[in-house]
Amino acid sequence: MKEIRWHGRGGQGAKTASQILAQINLREGKFVQSFPEFGPERSGAPMRAYNRISDAEIRVHSAVYSPDITVVVDETLLEAERPWEGLQDGGTLVVNTSCAAEEIRERTGYAGRIVTLDAERIAREKGTGFANIPMLGAVAAVLGTPWQLVEEEVRETMGKRISAEMLAKNIAALRTAYDAAKEATDDR
Amino acid sequence: MRKVMTGHKAVAEAMRQIEPDVVAVYPITPQSEIAEYYAQYVHDGVVHSELVPVESEHSAMSACVGAAAAGARVMTATSSQGLALMVEVLYIAAGMRLPIVMALANRSLSAPINIHCDHADAYLARDAGAFQIFCESAQEAYDYTLIAQRVAEHDRVRIPGIVNLDGFTLTHTSQVVEPLEDEVAKKFVGPFQAVHPLLDVDHPVSWGTFAMPDYYFELKRAQQAAIEEAAGVFLEVQRAYASLTRRRYAGFIEPYRMDDAERAVVVMGSTAGTAKVAVDALREKGDKVGVLKVWLYRPFPYAEVAQALAKVRAVAILDRAFSFGALGALYSDVAAALAHSKLRPTLANYIYGLGGRDVTVDQILRAFAELKEARPETRLRYLGLRE
Repeated sequence: MKEIRWHGRGGQGAKTASQILAQINLREGKFVQSFPEFGPERSGAPMRAYNRISDAEIRVHSAVYSPDITVVVDETLLEAERPWEGLQDGGTLVVNTSCAAEEIRERTGYAGRIVTLDAERIAREKGTGFANIPMLGAVAAVLGTPWQLVEEEVRETMGKRISAEMLAKNIAALRTAYDAAKEATDDR
Repeated sequence: MRKVMTGHKAVAEAMRQIEPDVVAVYPITPQSEIAEYYAQYVHDGVVHSELVPVESEHSAMSACVGAAAAGARVMTATSSQGLALMVEVLYIAAGMRLPIVMALANRSLSAPINIHCDHADAYLARDAGAFQIFCESAQEAYDYTLIAQRVAEHDRVRIPGIVNLDGFTLTHTSQVVEPLEDEVAKKFVGPFQAVHPLLDVDHPVSWGTFAMPDYYFELKRAQQAAIEEAAGVFLEVQRAYASLTRRRYAGFIEPYRMDDAERAVVVMGSTAGTAKVAVDALREKGDKVGVLKVWLYRPFPYAEVAQALAKVRAVAILDRAFSFGALGALYSDVAAALAHSKLRPTLANYIYGLGGRDVTVDQILRAFAELKEARPETRLRYLGLRE
């Protein structure tokens, strides 16, 4: 079983990304859980969301304390929340930042794999505005999920809610992030 | 087909397939989403139910009672304070033998105010005369909503039914659920047959009558007979559902790795799943441990619980609410079940997970560790409490 913990701020779409990821994993035939940290939902306040992905039925119902992957959607949480705490030594820390991985390693002291991605910039350049979708692409790449399943699910889920033009922009942002994270993951 | 959905969506899907004539509901966290989903179905014309947007839960249950007596198939849903406000009328629904089925998205009771999960609301309704089922997963919440409807409406039963699902932990967690096809679900639940409906003006009847000391006792005795009947009917309906779906549902309780267990926990709701993970971990190390999950809480399956625990050396009973001034409610039931057993395990009672305190595998492991040293005692223990 793989466990993922997302760190974001209310309104950044970490919960949405976590839910779309669960749908993607279902397409792979996995058992999944996706849930936010249950509490007051306030725009801008630190929040967490969780995923579990398994080949067998998932029975545990607690929060995730020792994730395989920690996703930091908002870089300012690196200092505020210490999101790498509990992250497994052989895990992956995925950070939305313009900094290089080695700089994040210095700031966090995390010895495992670090994948950095400037999701803000990707979202800005592709015209989508939200970092959550590029971060979703990065996590899917780190998990080794086939691109086709990622694209299919995002087209289906987001296609119902947004225009064809905006969907195309989101798919482009997703693909850019997926490829960048795949490259960064394969490097090590 | 397997889908990803929350516990709330799973319950709403079952309600859509049941398509009751009347749904009277008032929103409260965490239950609100059920009301929202159902309102959407009504708005979209997906169902032809009459949605009654009442001004309180007292009114919700009152509308349910009126509609059920009139001859309608009726459902509702609530949580916490909403159930507290409903309880007065829930007793009336049970006394009038009205088969109203409701989802209870379990949440703590005030004060202090808290929106998160525990079982204080279910315990509050314990003696109301409704049968109660507890669910481990969103899949179970879906399945047991369909099952509850058939149990409640069975002519030997005709009492309200409550399907408990842990607030947030199940209601707001997206997980894999495999619902039935609409036609299959509808066929399983079957058409509704009203009994002596008020609106049948050709056969006038009285509902909600007065009973003096010369009849009240006998009527309440008949009500006890009805809820006892619910046990047998539950088994029949559960068996039919299991053969239809191939789900492994068999009995009032679900024993997990109990065959040679020396230590066990008894638990209801989503924590049963977390306890199974703890048991798997201990079994890897050779410890003989198991979980006894209670599906049917009311009527309580005394004989089956006693039999399942007869050969166990020590048992921890986990209550997700206080029964203030007494030991836990589930503990008291399990202790009563074992009162006449020759081989009695040593019992320990834990209060856990109040107000949404996260329930972890480590907490269950601690209970199992403490059971090694368990001595007969009459006191409460706690899991996950800072002291």
